[in-house]
Amino acid sequence: MSTNTAETISAHDPHAGDVIARHAGFARDLTSVAIRALRQIPREPEAVIPALIIPVFFFVVNVGSLSNVAAAAGVSDFKAFQLPVAIIFAVTGISRASALVSDINDGYFDRLLLTPMSRPALLLGLMVADFALVIALSIPVLILGAIVGVGFSTGILGCLLFLLLAGAWGLAFTGFPYAIALKTGNPAAVNSSFLLFFPFAFLTTAFLPQAALTGWLSTVATYNPVTYVLAALRSLLTGGWQPTPLLQGVVAIVAVAAVSHTLAFMALRGRVSRG
Amino acid sequence: MTAHRLADVTVVADAGMVSQSNQEAIENAGPSFILGAKLGCPIETQTGSGYRPSIMTSPEILAEGLKRSFGTTLAVDGIDLSVDRGEIYGFLGPNGAGKSTVTRVLCTLIAPSGGRASVAGFDVASSPDQVRLRIGVALQEAALDPKQTGVEMLRLQGRFYGLSKSDTERRLSDLRNLIDIGPALEDRVATYSGGMKRRLDLALALVHNPRVLFLDEPTTGLDPVSRAKVWDEVRRLNAELGMTVFLTTQYLEEADELADRVGIIDHGRLVAQGTPDALKRSIGTDLVVALVDGDPEIARRALLPLTAVERVDINGLEVTAAVSNGPEAISPVALALAEAGDGLRVRELSLRTPTLDDVFLSVTGARIADRGADTEPAQPTEEIR
Repeated sequence: MSTNTAETISAHDPHAGDVIARHAGFARDLTSVAIRALRQIPREPEAVIPALIIPVFFFVVNVGSLSNVAAAAGVSDFKAFQLPVAIIFAVTGISRASALVSDINDGYFDRLLLTPMSRPALLLGLMVADFALVIALSIPVLILGAIVGVGFSTGILGCLLFLLLAGAWGLAFTGFPYAIALKTGNPAAVNSSFLLFFPFAFLTTAFLPQAALTGWLSTVATYNPVTYVLAALRSLLTGGWQPTPLLQGVVAIVAVAAVSHTLAFMALRGRVSRG
Repeated sequence: MTAHRLADVTVVADAGMVSQSNQEAIENAGPSFILGAKLGCPIETQTGSGYRPSIMTSPEILAEGLKRSFGTTLAVDGIDLSVDRGEIYGFLGPNGAGKSTVTRVLCTLIAPSGGRASVAGFDVASSPDQVRLRIGVALQEAALDPKQTGVEMLRLQGRFYGLSKSDTERRLSDLRNLIDIGPALEDRVATYSGGMKRRLDLALALVHNPRVLFLDEPTTGLDPVSRAKVWDEVRRLNAELGMTVFLTTQYLEEADELADRVGIIDHGRLVAQGTPDALKRSIGTDLVVALVDGDPEIARRALLPLTAVERVDINGLEVTAAVSNGPEAISPVALALAEAGDGLRVRELSLRTPTLDDVFLSVTGARIADRGADTEPAQPTEEIR
C-alpha cells in the first residue's frame, strides 16, 4: 500500500463525516513545523533580545576603541570592517535547539513522532524558521550600519547577497546545537553549545585583517571558516564584486554546514530510532 | 457493535480464532462467546457496552510473543494479546510492570525486540506509518507545548494528519464540546490545570478520527472529578463511535469500571486475561479475609482441609480463603482458625467479593499496591477549571 496517497480510513465519529487521516506530504510537514517555530519566537523574547543587543554592543565598543589601531593596520573604513562581525555575532548560534529540548522533555516530541509526519521535516522545519530569524536579526544590524554610513559598493544586489550569506552562515552553524539537543535532550548541554561560538567568532579576523595577525592566531584564523565568511561579507561592502572571496565564503559555509548538519541528522536519526 | 460494522472487517482464521464469515451468523450470535482459544483465556460473557466479543473478525490489536528489552533488561517478555474491534481493553499492572513499554511498541514509538504486533491490521514494525494514521494516543504525561494555545495545537495536529482547513475546523468545533475547556482553549497551554491538559491531550489524540485509541494511564494524578470526566468520555467514544480503546492503568477500579476485558501484566508477562467478572470468578465466588498474628502458614494448613475452601492465598499477615459460598463458609473458617493453635490469633475476619487486586494476588503472590502502584487516584491537588 502506498504511503503517499490519501487512504480512506473508516470514519468512526459520525460528526467527523468524511474526515480522513492521510500523509500531509513533506512540504506541508515542513511548513507546519516552521510555522509553529516562528509563532513561538515572539513568545520567547528573552531568547532573541540578546542576539540584537550583543552585536550592537560589540559594534559600538570595537569601533570606538579599535579604529585607530585598525587604521594603523591598513583598514581604511573600520565601521564597514566591523559590520560583518556584528552580523556574525547576531546570527551565530541562533537556533530553536532549546525549544527542541523542551519538546523532548515535555513529551511533545513523542506526540510528533506518533503522527505520520516526515521525520527529516522535524529538523528541517526548525531550520527554515532559523533562517528566517537570522535574516530578520541581520536587518537591524544593517540599518545600524546604514545610520553610521556603511554602504554597499555592490548595491542592492550585494545587500541581498550579504543577507543571504549571513542567513546561510547562521543556518550552517545551527547543526551543532541541534546535534547536541537531539543527542542529549539536556538543556544545560544545549546552552553550553554557545561555547562553540567563541573560537569561531574571535579566533579570526574579527578585529584586524589577516595580514596584521601574527603567530598562532594567524594560523588559527587561516583555518577558521569564519575568516572567509567575513571576507566575503566585507567584499560586498567595500570591495565590489570579487568572485574569489565570495566563492571562498560560500565554500566555508558549505563545509561547516556539511559537518554540523551531518551531526544533527545523525542525532535526529538516533532520537527517532525505534530500536 | 452493529452488524454492518462487523460485516466490513476481514475474516481470518490464523489468529487462532474460529472463522465465520456469514453476517447472519454474526447477528444471530448470542451474547456469550468462547474467546481466546489461542491465549488460554477464561470463558468470557459479554454484557452491555459497545463491545461484543467477536469470534470472526481480525483483531484490531494483536501481539504474539511480543518482547522488548532495554540493554540487558527484558521489559516485556513474550506478551500474547488480542483486542477486538470496538472493545475496551484494560491493561492493568503496577509501576514498572511493562504496561507503558507495550503501549509504546503498539503505538510505533519503539520497535519490538522479538515477536510481532499489529494494530488496525498493520504490522507495527514494518508498517509504522500505516499504524500511525489509524491510531490516536494519549501518553502517560500529557504531551503538550506550553507555549501554544489549545486551538493552535489542535489545528497543528490536523495539519500533521493531512486534514484540510475546513475539516480541521469542523473537528475543532466537535472537540471543543468534548473537552469542555471553554474560552480557555484560546489561552496558552501553560495556563491550564492538570485536568484541562489531560482533556486537551485526549482531544489531540482524536483530531484525525482514529480507529484505535491508546490511553496510557489517562487518569493518573487526576482528581476524582476529572477522572470521572475521562471515564465518561472513554465510555462515550466506545459506545457511540465503536472506537477500540487500549487503556493502561494501575487503578483497579478503573479497569473494573471501564474495560470489557482486562489483561494483568507483571514483570513484563501477561499473567491473567479475561473479563473483569470472569477473572474475579476464577478465584472464587467469595473471599474470607483474615488478618492474623502468628505464622500465616498455620492458617493455610488449618483452612485447606475445609470442603468450603477452594484456595488460600497469603500476603504478609493477610490470609485470603476463596470460597464458593461466603455466608456458609465463614463460620467453619472462623472455627478452623480459632482452633489452629500454635499461637495463631485472628485480629480481623471479613467476608467480601473478589476484586481484581485479589486476582493479581492470586496470580502473582502480591498485592498490586505492594508492587508500587497507586491503586487509588490522587486527591485534588489543584483547582479544576
